[in-house]
Parts: sequence; structure tokens; C-alpha cells
Amino acid sequence: MGRIVIDQVSKSFGDVEVIPPLELLIEDGEFAVFVGPSGCGKSTLLRLIAGLEDVTGGKIEIDGQDMTSVPPAKRGLAMVFQSYALYPHMSVRKNIAFPLRMAGLDKEEQERRVAHAASVLNLSDYLDRRPGQLSGGQRQRVAIGRAIVREPAAFLFDEPLSNLDAALRVGMRLEISELHERLGTTMIYVTHDQVEAMTMADKIVVLNFGNIEQVGSPLELYREPRNVFVAGFIGSPRMNLIEGNEAARHDAHAIGIRPEHIAVSGSEGDWSGVVGVSEHLGSDTFFHVHDTGVAETITVRADGEVGFRHGDRVHLAPRQDAIHRFDAKGLRI
Amino acid sequence: MARAVTSRRKALNTMIAWAVGLVIFFPILWTILTSFKSEAQAISDPPLFLFFDWTIENYGVVQDRSDYMRYLWNSVIIAGGSTLLGVVVAVPAAWSMAFVPSKRTKDILLWMLSTKMLPAVGVLYPIYLLFIELGLLDTRTGLVIVLMLINLPIIVWMLYTYFKEIPVDILEAARMDGATLRGEILHVLMPMAVPGIASTILLSLILAWNEAFWTLNLTAAKAGPLTAFIASYSSPEGLFFAKLSAASTMAIAPILILGWFSQKQLVRGLTFGAVK
Repeated sequence: MGRIVIDQVSKSFGDVEVIPPLELLIEDGEFAVFVGPSGCGKSTLLRLIAGLEDVTGGKIEIDGQDMTSVPPAKRGLAMVFQSYALYPHMSVRKNIAFPLRMAGLDKEEQERRVAHAASVLNLSDYLDRRPGQLSGGQRQRVAIGRAIVREPAAFLFDEPLSNLDAALRVGMRLEISELHERLGTTMIYVTHDQVEAMTMADKIVVLNFGNIEQVGSPLELYREPRNVFVAGFIGSPRMNLIEGNEAARHDAHAIGIRPEHIAVSGSEGDWSGVVGVSEHLGSDTFFHVHDTGVAETITVRADGEVGFRHGDRVHLAPRQDAIHRFDAKGLRI
Repeated sequence: MARAVTSRRKALNTMIAWAVGLVIFFPILWTILTSFKSEAQAISDPPLFLFFDWTIENYGVVQDRSDYMRYLWNSVIIAGGSTLLGVVVAVPAAWSMAFVPSKRTKDILLWMLSTKMLPAVGVLYPIYLLFIELGLLDTRTGLVIVLMLINLPIIVWMLYTYFKEIPVDILEAARMDGATLRGEILHVLMPMAVPGIASTILLSLILAWNEAFWTLNLTAAKAGPLTAFIASYSSPEGLFFAKLSAASTMAIAPILILGWFSQKQLVRGLTFGAVK
């Protein structure tokens, strides 16, 4: 079980309010991702749930129990840190067994659970090594192993993949998703990487300046961003945001159109401009088009075979049903 | 980029370093040499350096006249006890200052250090009266307490510096893993800070071993450590330089040997965190 209710929780450091009172529900078994730019309060929110920071106001419930002032160890949660936070003076075996040792489990049970976690995470061959002798990915697996053995109500991940190189990150992303499928335990995952959020989450919580901008499934956020911030943050490359006359034509203060919803051709389209930088990914090409008269730059995602060059004049046709409209406050119309 | 150092420059540096080292070590060397002279040779003018009649007679006399082992044992108990007690008090203090600092933490650290600027004699009178009142005069317990208090600021400062180097994430991980405060300190913090704790212990041992003001003023016959042993060979019994030197050599030998074997640890501990 791991149903987490955050009820009017707020946090201030001195006079600075980093999280104004907010409400959030994370259902049992859900994979929730807190995403937002750095300094948005996502890690603080996670630490409040973990109990590593005290709330300034409000209540945190885990499985119906008020845990607001319960120490971290008694909340039944396990956390994986960005820095892995392994105990450098202990072997992998002792690292993984540490929470069990603290809980006073007998040696045999400890051994059994460590062996199980090690086999799940492919760490069986490394049990006698020290963390210093492992690669980044292996260290992160040990950190996850240490979390698994406790059989917690929920896992908390604080940017666990940020220290890994790109290739390893994709692999670990899959591993964590698979682990979630297998265990079915609630997971809360903090990241600034919207790709991680989109690919892993059941539910994404977009945070900005401590406020929750929107909560929803990845596709809900992609299809119906509630405001300009979410529209700009979710999706890669970023949504094109256009203000002025073109927006007024759509009865809006600003309109947004995603790069993949604009067709590019040499002959026809509502807008025309000059190709600046092109980014070739092989499967796709991103064109950054200037001098369109509607916005400084329009980013367009085209098939990898489309072959415009720097300086070519192109025509852009936005898909009318994919245009998002926002009012002067930045809210979706 | 490595700086080019010519071999002449290197030789010069080496010579200067040796010269400075010898100047610093010379008094100790002279004491050791004098301890092997006769009383007459010890005060001869011009002084004799190496060419005298070597004798170990002084050591025999010193051993006969006073019970070296009793003083040594007192020193061991006072230095060891005050260090142990100091570390037990300082570890939690340094932990809280390093990991849950308040607005006043920096002030407290400075205030603690400032107590070291006070001349010890300034508080001799009140402490002496307290000792009489509490029946601690000329007891090892009393000296353990006083030396612990005197070295505590330094022990806390050193441990604080070492603890600051330990990533707080790891302690938080221990907290999440169900460690109590005691478990966190005992199983995670202390094993990680072993080099720092070891050099702190060494320094505290050396400081307590060599402390003379309080040990001389607060002891008489029973609890006197080796400092009192040396002092008993100075003025009251006349100028017996050779015997005084023999007593001094016997008094400093244990700590000298300890320092010799642990110098690597000491240097590493004192420069901990400076290069990483």
C-alpha cells in the first residue's frame, strides 16, 4: 500500500516561502513524477514527503495515517538520492542490508532479502565490492537495492539519473519502469527532464515556483496543457508560442503550436520564412525557421528525409485543430 | 601545470628544511644528550656535544628517587581519559554543528575558540576553589575533567571540520534506512570520519600529555603525571641538569614514540580536505 495525501502542505525557509499551501493525491501503485525547472520546489516537496524536512503547515497522510511529524524512518518510505548516497565504508552486501540491520531482522532473513534484491538488479557478482569499485550505473542499482529490501510503501527518487551519462540514463529509465511494473509499489520521482517525466509517469505533476501548474497523465499534459508554462515545458522540442496579430486572429492573447504539428513545404502554407539551423536526428529533422512575420523563430519537426538547407525559403502550414489558445493570464482558453 | 624546479633550487630547499628541522629539534636532542652526561659535564663550559663519558647513571638515580611508573600511569590515565571523554562529548556536538547548524553555530564555534585566548591563570583561583569544594584536588578524576574541558574546543573544532566534509545525503540515507540518531553517528558518520577522528584523538592525547599548568597546580603527591615528575627535578633539589634531563627524556619518550609512529596519520588528518 502507498496512498499519499498532501493536504495544504506548505514550506518556508525563514521568510522565504518555497512551497505555498498545495494539495496533491498520489494513488497506491502510481508512478508520479514531479517535474519542473530547477528551484521550482520539486525536491523540497519530495523531502517533505520523506520527512527529511519539516512542513511549515498542512498535513501529510500515508495510507490514511497522519505522518506529518513522524520521523523519516517510521514513514515506511525508501529514497534513492541523486548522489546515490551509498555508505562508502561498507560492501555492496552491507549497503543493501543496512536498512534490514537497522530494523533488527535476523541474519538469515537479511541474507535472503539481499540475495533476492541482488538477483533482481543483477548485482549478485558485486556483493563483496565497495561502492568505490562500481560504475555509476551499478552504484545507482545498489541504491535502488537498498530501497527495495525494505519493501516500502512507496519509493522516492530524487533525480536518480542525473549523474549518469546519456546512454546509461536511457537504460536505467527502462529498468526503473520495469521495476515499477513488477513491484506495483507507489513511486514518486523527481526530475527536471521532461523526457523522463513523459516516458515513465502515470501521473505528472508540473511545478513552478512551488506551485502545482498541472497534474495529469503525460498525454493529457501534452494534449491539453492548462497554461503557457506547462505548454512550454512539456514536449520536445518546445511548443512554439506566438503572440500578437497571429494570436488575435484566433481570438487569443497567445497561441501555441507544437513543432510536430506544422507541415513544412516549398510551396504552400499560411506562413513562410527562411531556414536557419537544421538539426538532423536521422529519423527527424528540426528546422528553426526565421523571418516568418509571426514569431522570431518557429521550430518545425519534419521527417528525416526532408532536405531543406540553410537559407531556403519554406512555407509552414500549422494544423488548425492542434493550435492551443491562451488568454492574457496565460491560461488555456 | 607543473612548475619547473631546478635541482640546485631543490638542494637549497632541502638544506633549509633540514636546518629549520634541526633548530626545532635541537633542544630535545640536547636534553637527551645531557641525560647521558655526569652532572659536572652537564654544566661544563664550553658545553660538551658528543665527546663526553656516556653514562646511564642518571636514569638509575631518577628511577631510585621517584617512582617513574606511577607518574607514567597517571599521565596515561589523565591524557587517555580526558581524550576519551572529550571525544564522547565532542562527537555529538560537532555532529549537530555540522549537520543541523543554527544561526548561532558560527558564533558558538568562535566563542569556544575564544576561551583558548584566555590566560589559564585567570581562572586558576575559581577552579582551585571548586576543586577543593568538590574534593577533586590531587585526583586523576579532577585532572581528566579539567584537561577534557580545556581541549574540548579544539576537539570540537577539528571534528566539526572533518564532519563538514561528509556529504549530508549519506546521513539522510541512513535516516531513511531506519537508523536512529545513535545508529547514524555510530554506523555511518564515525566510520566515515575515522581518519579525522584518529588525528583528533592523537592531537588531544599530545596536548593533554604535555599540559603542565593545570597538572602542576592541581596535583601534589598522588595524581601527578609526568609533567610533575619533571618539575620535581627542577629548582627545589638544586641544579641537577643531568638528572632533570634524564627525567625529561623519560617523560617525553612515550609521546615522542607515539608521534613518530603516527606522524603520517597526523599529517593526513591535519590537512584533511585541503586537497581533494
